Parts: sequence; structure tokens; C-alpha cells
Amino acid sequence: MMTLFYISAAVALVSSVLAISRSNAVHALLYAIVSLLAVAMTFFILGAPFAAALEVVIYAGAIMVLFVFVVMMISSGPGAVQQERKWMDGRLWIGPSVLTIILVAELLSVMSASDVQMRSGPVVESKQVGITLLGPYMLGVELASLLLTAGLVGAYHIGKHTEKNPQTKDANHD
Amino acid sequence: MTNIPAEYGLVLAALLFATGLVGVLARRNIIFILLSIEIMLNAAGLAFISAGSRWGQADGQVMFIFILVMAAAEVSVGLAIVLQLFHRLKTVNSDEANTMRG
Repeated sequence: MMTLFYISAAVALVSSVLAISRSNAVHALLYAIVSLLAVAMTFFILGAPFAAALEVVIYAGAIMVLFVFVVMMISSGPGAVQQERKWMDGRLWIGPSVLTIILVAELLSVMSASDVQMRSGPVVESKQVGITLLGPYMLGVELASLLLTAGLVGAYHIGKHTEKNPQTKDANHD
Repeated sequence: MTNIPAEYGLVLAALLFATGLVGVLARRNIIFILLSIEIMLNAAGLAFISAGSRWGQADGQVMFIFILVMAAAEVSVGLAIVLQLFHRLKTVNSDEANTMRG
């Protein structure tokens, strides 16, 4: 079990780093899908099979498909990869990386400072998750449905073509 | 079945979150920024799952479901904004969208 955890954690980390550093968007998306699948494996090992299934179905299945659609719609020819590479100057990574390494060191020192013995417990079945979700968290479910409705309406409204809108007349559309 | 120290899950979550944070800060392509935000949200979910598994309670997975719903709503609106940006400015460089109207 421990070996499986290490392997999936390493795969998740490496594929995430590759996903944020590719210049081709489709390659980056494929690496991101591998990362999500590896995290789903981690969920399974940690005793959360329902969350693992949701991760595969919704994250790797639905959300990434949305990304693929958008990349297909705005793909701008063979020059895009060169342009992306030009945007990714080597020195650009230094500042964010240093700041983030400081943050990670802080987080790791906080975690290692606690002397609480933490072992993962038994498997939490989906029945228990469902009872908790529709019991004490009922209000949260209602709010989530409201949020999804707002997301649906918002995406439809923003995604509409507003060619006749006078606000866009100075944008150089064809 | 499971005997993983929950700290390991939290450490993995921290490292994944940091990876996504570097992506948000360093990339200019707005699609990659959204992708990095997805990685960060996923890492937050992993932290909840680790904590829930340490206590053997279902609350961690419930919170993960809420994060999932939030990520789905966020990515749909975000990608609509990306499409709108591309139609108006003919680029995916987020630095180009640096002026406000009004």
C-alpha cells in the first residue's frame, strides 16, 4: 500500500510539473489528466473510493473535456507553440519558484512540527458519504445547486457573441 | 486496508498546490492559468480527503464534493471568459487584457 502511494504521488507531482511547463496546450492537458488520475489513485489508497470515482468521472472526464473543447476552438495554427515558448522566458520562473519554495518550506515545517500520530482510518464507504451529504450538509447541497445554476447562466451570458454590441466596435474583430 | 500516515497526503497536497501556484504566477497563457487553478483546487480536495481519512469520517469527502462543484462552475465561467477574450483581442495572453472600461 505504501509503495502504491509513493508511486501515485510521484506520478501526480511529475505530471503536474510537466503540465504547467509545456508550451503545447494539448500536451499540457494530457499531462493534467494523468495528474488527476494519479490523485484519484491516492484517494483510493487513502480509503475514499467514492471521491476517487468522482475525481475520474468529473475532473478527468468532464472538466478536462471542456478544456479540450476550448483549446480546439482557439487553436491558432503552428505559430502558437513558438509564441508560447517565447512567452515562457527562463528568468520568468525564478521569482514565482522562489516564493513558492518558501511557502512549501513553511507548510512542511508546520506539518513536521506537530507530534500528533496521524494514521489514516478505515475506508469511508459511499453510503456514509451520502448520509452525511444529505443530512447535516443539506444546506450546502442547496447552495451548491444554486452555484451551479449561476455558473450555467453566467457561462451562457458571457459566452454569447456580442457582435452587435457597440462596446466591442473598437475591438479589432473581423 | 489503509495504513498511510495522513501527513503524507497533506505533504502531497502542499506540493501539488505549490506546483499550481507556480503555474498561475509564471504563465501568461490564460488557459494554462485556468489549468493551474484546477491543479490547486484538486490539491485542496486532496487535503480534505486526507484529513477525512485520518478521522474516518465522511465530512472530508463531502467537502471534496463541494470543491468539485465549485471547480465545475468556476471552469465553465472561466472558459467562457477565455473565449470572449479571444474573440475580442485575438490572443490568449492575459497581459493584453490589462485595461478596464468605465
